[in-house]
Amino acid sequence: MLGRTANGLFWMFRYLERAENTARLLEAGLRMALTRDVQSAEEEWRSVISTLGLKSSFEAASDTYDGATVWNFVLRDRANPANVREMMGAVRSNARTARTHISSQVWEAVNENWMKLDNQLSRPISQSALGDVVTRLRRTGMEIHGAMDGTILRDEGHHFARAGTYLERAESTARILDMKYYLLLPSLSYVGSSLDTGQWEQVLRSVAGVSSYSWINHGNIDAPSIVEFLVLDDRFPRSLAFCRNAVRVHLTGLARLHEREGKCSALLAARESDISGHTVDAIFDQGLHEFLIEFMAHNTAIGEAITEDYRFLA
Amino acid sequence: MAGGASPDGSGNFDEMTDGAGDVRPAYAAYGQWYEGQEASYLKRKNSEADESFRRTGITFNVYGEDEAEERLIPFDMVPRIITAGEWRRLARGIEQRVRALNAFLYDLYHRQEIVRSGRLPERLLRDNAAWLPNMVGHTPPGGIYTHIVGIDLVRTGPDEWFVLEDNARTPSGVSYMLENRETMMAMFPDLFSQVGVEPVSNYPRRLARSLAACAPPQFDASGGREPTVAVLTPGIYNSAYYEHAFLADQMGAELVEGSDLRVIDGKVQMRTTRGFEPVDVIYRRVDDEYLDPLTFHPDSVLGVPGIMDVYRAGGVTIANAPGTGISDDKAIYSFMPEIVEFYTGEKPLLPNVKTWRCADSDSLAYVLDNLDELVVKEVHGSGGYGMLIGPTATKKEIKAFRAKLEAKPENYIAQPTLSLSTCPIYTRAGLAPRHVDLRPYVLVSPDGVDITPGGLSRVALKPGSLVVNSSQGGGTKDTWVLKD
Repeated sequence: MLGRTANGLFWMFRYLERAENTARLLEAGLRMALTRDVQSAEEEWRSVISTLGLKSSFEAASDTYDGATVWNFVLRDRANPANVREMMGAVRSNARTARTHISSQVWEAVNENWMKLDNQLSRPISQSALGDVVTRLRRTGMEIHGAMDGTILRDEGHHFARAGTYLERAESTARILDMKYYLLLPSLSYVGSSLDTGQWEQVLRSVAGVSSYSWINHGNIDAPSIVEFLVLDDRFPRSLAFCRNAVRVHLTGLARLHEREGKCSALLAARESDISGHTVDAIFDQGLHEFLIEFMAHNTAIGEAITEDYRFLA
Repeated sequence: MAGGASPDGSGNFDEMTDGAGDVRPAYAAYGQWYEGQEASYLKRKNSEADESFRRTGITFNVYGEDEAEERLIPFDMVPRIITAGEWRRLARGIEQRVRALNAFLYDLYHRQEIVRSGRLPERLLRDNAAWLPNMVGHTPPGGIYTHIVGIDLVRTGPDEWFVLEDNARTPSGVSYMLENRETMMAMFPDLFSQVGVEPVSNYPRRLARSLAACAPPQFDASGGREPTVAVLTPGIYNSAYYEHAFLADQMGAELVEGSDLRVIDGKVQMRTTRGFEPVDVIYRRVDDEYLDPLTFHPDSVLGVPGIMDVYRAGGVTIANAPGTGISDDKAIYSFMPEIVEFYTGEKPLLPNVKTWRCADSDSLAYVLDNLDELVVKEVHGSGGYGMLIGPTATKKEIKAFRAKLEAKPENYIAQPTLSLSTCPIYTRAGLAPRHVDLRPYVLVSPDGVDITPGGLSRVALKPGSLVVNSSQGGGTKDTWVLKD
């Protein structure tokens, strides 16, 4: 496979994951904002913008953090080059680049959903329309992943696509957790100050984990359990441990196909790569924020190593 | 049949219905089927077709002021139908013409017997940017110049077919031929069980085989190795990118851009996830001048530096061969009857449309006197741009064109306005005749000439219009060659 094609597959799936995670974050933000007074609602939108890393570009474009301005900025505003409409455009143009290595079912799922979304996002999104957009984005992900699972050859292209999915997903979960880490500091809950259940619910909602968490923890809400769930539990498909293991599976598959281990294999062999080997206590000892920062840096390094090992660009 | 050839009394030959209103044999089975369909069913199917093309993303890009816009080429769901007997005659004529084109190109780049014999003026080569003097003396693998050819045909009567244009350089549109058939089969499966139609879907396999049969001299076939074929595209912003990706996908070939290729150790190699790997046959969908900056444009960032040296040394096959574009020139077209006879020793089976070369003063005088009745074309032009259609042009347009023509007469040829045949298209008010042309696709390899039955029928969608080009609002139809 061409390096450029591999790059197309990798980024097609990163952008798809990013668009879907962004949609979920907006959905959770809206829900939170609706249940709060004006000032806390503004705080919520502020944290959504920060989580997405859009603080400076948003503040350059707008004075207030009102909901409609935020979601329109995130979804479609040209002042935000990283808007969701652009992400979906990038999914499609990367799919076109990799067209010879995706099935026509995958391509049609991309193209059809892109047409609908691009049309939806060509006009400002009202509060009542936001739900439709989020639903469409979520279904787009499901359709493309479904077509992929059912029709794609399990060769290197599949590994590049999935490595992209899981690196991006891990990044997203880590960012969401990091934005709210101070709410989860054990000191707060240990001293009995009531953990803001709305806040933690929002975190779980942002990663589509509310019901899985409840199922495992029977309604108990505490910081160690949330951290355990989102970081260490390799049964939950958006946890850091699950995503890292999935990246490992696909990179091992690639190394086997190529009969060669590259820089990314070395990174995966490093101790900090083994997320399941940590404990909640150790993470809190290190500091949750520090732990997440380190995780994200390692995640980025793996992505860069793949780009180099498999000659994506040169 | 000449006078009453059409149901609408226009005098144009209609391929479905004769002057008496009777359905011609080619359309007998289809006509019967059509009569049996509910109007609401046909209407629904028609909108489904559009949806299906949008979903597959079979688009071409149109460049406006701001950004590239992707457009669909309209599809008409009434097939264009040719009988087995009609096709056999056409196919013989096409094969003769394609053989002559390759022999002609070989001669031009070798001894130039046709020029020496005085049958073709030497200035036609000199004046044309598509002529590559540095290819003189080089013989491409198998002696083949044009591997993939599109011969544009028009029809004016039951047995009157003419060649309107030869596309020996890089004919496009074959993906529409294939997608149109897929769409028709998905929409009307019952129709195909009632009417026997020659299949076209094996074109990509035939293309792959044909290209693999043209391995370069340096190719080492030991150990049963197959040549590696790649499709070279200018990239996703090219108007025909869909087709490039489609063909590569269907052939199982890599779709490469210039930036993926590099000359290493005297071989053209592509950057794969495992490092650089050799490419043996390149089906290029880029123009000659974007192949190699070292040979063509020293300041260009496009192309593969050194690829032409590898080509000349026999390390890679480039299809179609660099320099082939010379035969698409419309002034050269006007010599095609002589060219066919010169190289095949036979009379052309498919005639040219009568053509006045404005470079000749007598012809120029005639053309200037009759601008309002003629079609005038630029000799290097394509895609329907830069031409005058006298009968539909305004006085002002004719005046402006006259000035251009007088300033550079050798840049133009003129042809009579043909009364092109019509085929019915589907409209809300029922079937309505529209002008059509036909581009059959031909593959040439050392194993022979391979013509896919049918081709791409382009159709003018406006009543009376003769312009079928997709860049100017034309549509396409599925084209059927009936089984015997």
